[in-house]
Amino acid sequence: MSIDRATVAKIASLARIRMSDDELDRMAPELSQILDWVEQLGEVDTAGVEPMTAVIPNHLRLREDIINANPLTGGGRRDAVLANAPAAEHGFFGVPKVIE
Amino acid sequence: MNDLTDLGVKAIRDGVAAGTFSAREVAEAFNAAVAAASQLNAFIVTTPEHALAAADRVDAARAAGQPLGKMAGVPIGMKDLFATHGVQTTAASHILEGFKPQYESTVSQNLWNAGAGMLGKLNMDQFAMGSSNETSHFGNVISPWRRADGGNADLTPGGSSGGSAAVVSGRIAPAATGTDTGGSIRQPAALTGIAGIKPTYGRCSRWGVVAFASSLDQAGSMARDVTDCAIMLEAMAGFDPKDATSLDLPVPDWSTSLSPDMRGKRVGIPREYRVEGMDPVIDALWQQGVAWVKDAGAEVVEISLPHTSYALAAYYIIAPAEASSNLARYDGVRYGLRELPDGAGLQDMYAATRAAGFGDEVKRRILIGTYVLSAGFYDAYYNQAQKVRALIAHDFERAWGECDVILTPTAPNAAFALGEKLADPLAMYLNDVFTVPASLAGLPAMSVPAGLDASGLPLGLQVIGKPFDEQGVLDACLAIEHRAGFAARPEKWW
Repeated sequence: MSIDRATVAKIASLARIRMSDDELDRMAPELSQILDWVEQLGEVDTAGVEPMTAVIPNHLRLREDIINANPLTGGGRRDAVLANAPAAEHGFFGVPKVIE
Repeated sequence: MNDLTDLGVKAIRDGVAAGTFSAREVAEAFNAAVAAASQLNAFIVTTPEHALAAADRVDAARAAGQPLGKMAGVPIGMKDLFATHGVQTTAASHILEGFKPQYESTVSQNLWNAGAGMLGKLNMDQFAMGSSNETSHFGNVISPWRRADGGNADLTPGGSSGGSAAVVSGRIAPAATGTDTGGSIRQPAALTGIAGIKPTYGRCSRWGVVAFASSLDQAGSMARDVTDCAIMLEAMAGFDPKDATSLDLPVPDWSTSLSPDMRGKRVGIPREYRVEGMDPVIDALWQQGVAWVKDAGAEVVEISLPHTSYALAAYYIIAPAEASSNLARYDGVRYGLRELPDGAGLQDMYAATRAAGFGDEVKRRILIGTYVLSAGFYDAYYNQAQKVRALIAHDFERAWGECDVILTPTAPNAAFALGEKLADPLAMYLNDVFTVPASLAGLPAMSVPAGLDASGLPLGLQVIGKPFDEQGVLDACLAIEHRAGFAARPEKWW
């Protein structure tokens, strides 16, 4: 078993997913099984191999240096940006109090 | 015209253009088929008014003598991974329930510009994570197919594009969009007896497609035959400056260039795909495929893709790693679900929202991804997986010196019963064994219906092509389609 319950709890906390004790008990062996299985990649000789960074060679483009060149991805769309927010207030995203 | 729903993309488009029937008649016929198919649970929302409005625009354009688009008058199903303006888009998750995008994805907009209309948003595996459509928050999609053994076991349509596969095979839509990260177009197409193509990575814009694993995600078309897939893919594809990985290449006229003549073509048969314990039915189908491409004039050559057996393990590191990063955006602040327990602070809100909003498989993959990217493990897991991925891509590059396309089975089995593989996540992952390598290498690949198993369930063959050579893939699939003469269809029970 490659990872234990405490490790799963740590990862869940890093991933910001609350997990009950039952869930941790269930997930730990499942994740261990998957991680044990992917261990086989260690067998592959990758000395001198560069990790893949782009699957199809493509050059990176820059957009034109024009404000709101594309209105869809430009600014001035506050209401559209907030339209699906669960708690938009006064033109902002509302969140619980962050500072004591 | 009694059975407009028996018609495919080309037949509908040409019939509308010729005035044999109106686009509105077609939309009404498919809207009725959608309304009658609720038992399959293939749609999360239906949009009959969208289909009718698009049809009316096409009929008006035709009456005015204006040119018609490639998909004029064709109502389609839209996988719920594509953002559609004002129409709920959830990726089949609870966390996005109620989300109504304020914009339209490039691919769906391209389809509407080509004259297509939308029948509804199709159910799928949650965030496209799954191979059986059993991870949706909105319930399983039931395949229209049933085993010929008299049993009425509900079967999987495959996944993640399970709703797409179900409606196309059930004559509820002539075509549907799909997305493919590790096989999510090809495997469901194979399991439901339809055709489906994943083009070269970058052909279809990812803008407005809910992200799963961005270096792998690619949209494609699903329809009943190769020609219909080619027409629809032409409408979907094209350069989009809003996607940094979009290919700045013209979209060829694949459908008008189609040719089933394979003389002078070399078809590679990778020996590593003959996996241990392969189902004899799948092996026999593969041999039949070899005979078909030879009959079409192709030369068949055995090739080697030595790192094939490591593809799945590499995929199940890379895809969860990218997913854990992509899905960090669901925070209960900007869109979708918010869970705010009494007295909770910001961090508690994030954790509670994500706990309530993600299904088990999504959580599993986020945790795997978080683990393999975490300090101390990055090199051993993620970097090693990306190196193996480079080796897999190199295997294909070398193979292209010996062959023009590669022929393999699409899936290791026919459709299984819902619930049958759910208990073991790893067994489910193995369903993608033949489709994942082409995904890792960004190659165009297609599944074409090729036969039935002893229970009367469909099986598919996969053709993988060189980068940008969708034409070679489509042509080889057309040669197989002509020889397979696949005419089986599910009997309507819903």
